[in-house]
Amino acid sequence: MSEKVKVTIDNIEIEVDPGTTILNAARMIGGDIVPPAMCYYSKLKGSGGKCRTCLVKVSQGSAKDPRPMPKLVASCRTTVMDGMVVQNITSPEVIEARKGVVEFLLINHPLDCPVCDQAGECHLQDLSFEHGKDQSRYEFKRRTFEMVDIGDKIKLHMNRCILCYRCVFTADQITDNRVHGILGRGDASEIGTYISKAIDNDFSGNVIDVCPVGALTDKTFRFKNRVWFTKPVNAHCDCEKCSGKVTLWYKGEEVIRVTGRKDQYGELEEFICNTCRFDKKKTSDWTIEGPTKVDRRSVVSSNHYDEKELLPVIDRKIF
Amino acid sequence: MAQKILLKNINVPGINTFEVYRQYGGYAAVEKALKTMSADDVVEEVKKSGLRGRGGAGFPTGMKWSFLAKPEGVPRYLVCNADESEPGTFKDRYLMTHTPHTLIEGMIVSSFALGANTSYIYVRGEMMPQIRILEKAIAEAKNAGFLGKNILGTGYDLEIYVQPGGGAYICGEETALLESLEGKRGNPRIKPPFPAIAGLYGCPTVVNNVESIAAVSWIVNNGGDEYAKIGIGRSTGTKLISASGNINKPGVYEIELGLSVEEFIYSDEYCGGIANGKRLKAVVAGGSSVPILPANLILKLSNGQPRLMSYESLAEGGFATGTMLGSGGFIVMDEDACIVRNTWNFSRFYHHESCGQCSPCREGTGWMEKVLHRIEYGHGKMSDIDLLVDVSKKIEGNTICPLGDAAAWPVASAIRHFRDEFEWHVNNPQAAMDGNYGLANYADPIPVVEEAN
Repeated sequence: MSEKVKVTIDNIEIEVDPGTTILNAARMIGGDIVPPAMCYYSKLKGSGGKCRTCLVKVSQGSAKDPRPMPKLVASCRTTVMDGMVVQNITSPEVIEARKGVVEFLLINHPLDCPVCDQAGECHLQDLSFEHGKDQSRYEFKRRTFEMVDIGDKIKLHMNRCILCYRCVFTADQITDNRVHGILGRGDASEIGTYISKAIDNDFSGNVIDVCPVGALTDKTFRFKNRVWFTKPVNAHCDCEKCSGKVTLWYKGEEVIRVTGRKDQYGELEEFICNTCRFDKKKTSDWTIEGPTKVDRRSVVSSNHYDEKELLPVIDRKIF
Repeated sequence: MAQKILLKNINVPGINTFEVYRQYGGYAAVEKALKTMSADDVVEEVKKSGLRGRGGAGFPTGMKWSFLAKPEGVPRYLVCNADESEPGTFKDRYLMTHTPHTLIEGMIVSSFALGANTSYIYVRGEMMPQIRILEKAIAEAKNAGFLGKNILGTGYDLEIYVQPGGGAYICGEETALLESLEGKRGNPRIKPPFPAIAGLYGCPTVVNNVESIAAVSWIVNNGGDEYAKIGIGRSTGTKLISASGNINKPGVYEIELGLSVEEFIYSDEYCGGIANGKRLKAVVAGGSSVPILPANLILKLSNGQPRLMSYESLAEGGFATGTMLGSGGFIVMDEDACIVRNTWNFSRFYHHESCGQCSPCREGTGWMEKVLHRIEYGHGKMSDIDLLVDVSKKIEGNTICPLGDAAAWPVASAIRHFRDEFEWHVNNPQAAMDGNYGLANYADPIPVVEEAN
């Protein structure tokens, strides 16, 4: 099966390998037609299909069987067929359904962005900004949980969790001896460790990076600063455990946070170890490569020295 | 007197024991199938019978069996879904309690047809007595040589295991059931792959309802064509209906599909009419998840013909004026029943049972429950009614498994058919707390209102 299959997404044709998902095919095209994904993570096996933000309409199943699929499908878990025609932003039905999903995700999510460490690099913020409504119709109390420390470096703020299961997959696949998972059912389900067991593993810090919201945060960075006041810089070091390729977040001269490098979809390029993440907070520990490329639309770029656009020149005479 | 297949000998004393069951012709199907038929013959007979899945979806059983992948060297499994948890449905429990050998016999024949050497009965955790009964029945059958190695000297091996679940509604969904059976958290899997390709432990698996499996032995004994003669159209055979609610004779009834709904409710053979001389208000025809119908629509089709108890007739008119046969949980409500309270109750159930895996169902079911609670307790607003319709539309079809649909349909249909009762609750909060709306005009034909959105 080396033949390429042809798929049309929002009237753009692309040829991809068989077995590619619709979402990945869309990412190959790029641009606005890429469905948002809150739970899918290309580096984690079995992830996806849960958040339902990537729903798309398949208006033609394949060249052989041109019937449309009866329901909207999760593009992250549906593989393409030859001759498949997919509608994402060209389908009002999809846009409406996505609005609904965003509303559902937000009804139990606290509006504490002003004090949340994830603000500025939060996928849910981006998602609700792009696809959500400006108002919530939910008028009831939100579910609340106590904050928990899982391990001495990670804080779990369950109120903010959208149950994407990414951290569970990370803990399962990247670390050995997984101790944390989902407890409970329905909207009472929570991420947790069995009887508050601490997570003690060299790669456990990656759950912070995969978390799309501020549910899992770095205790060494909590309340230190807003991300848009910090400057991300790519750096590397020789590490025995991991690749050592990281992003350093500078505030002035000080490294206040170390994270893995993320691609344009917010996914880690490589998982890094806890020593790199939590313990090496001096510039002398690292070899600096250069400024991290930040999407111009991201709020992080507002303080970024490299890609910043020049302010428009205003002709004062017209006033 | 309608023909009885599953409950024919239900009143025979001691039918739950192997000896009595055998005296009344039990296990003949095992002998016939294993000694005189090939596995494909059995599948062919079931296909001919037109037997449809009795768990709710109504998918033809023979077709499901023929989809089963048969790779070499990989075991295949038959899993019996006895995780009966739909509110209003209690037929499988009844069958397992009183004639457990009917199920065991069906399991042996079905496993033989599918080439499975290990089969599981996944029983809901709350049904502890039934688990014991089934285990006793399995031990008896094994003692008599109908289970174990080399059954009846035919060289066919089969072991049946009873596995209690934790009592979650979601584990009645077949992929969640398989996850639970594997010892994992009972979250539904994302399909495809379907269980027929990769099910239990990644092997091809068929998951069937108790009633479907129990019907197989009769089909093998009497032939698929005979079974197809019973019933009407594509709804062949008999169906167990769990009748409950405001009727004179609640209980489990075996009906031939094609019986009219009116006869089922009012005849003395079945429900025996509405209790205390009240009038019929509404019926939930197939377990809590199917759309509720007011009296006028459940008794008559839109063209004036009587509505029948069959897959097609109950679904006539789509979701605008129809419902579904579902799992056969027939809940009858009289004029004293409050539709809003009933809808809230169902909604509360789905909120409690949502697995929490995908966001529309996890968040939406709780939201609907809270809004309905508000309306029921006199704090509702007129906009809440449209909000409920909108939320149910956003859940329906956007979830991994059908639980989202099941949670959305009762709410959407209750508002579709009983919108005036909801409005009365909003407008007269005190009166709604003290009394109820009564029958109003549901006994007479009312124009069906299709909401916006």
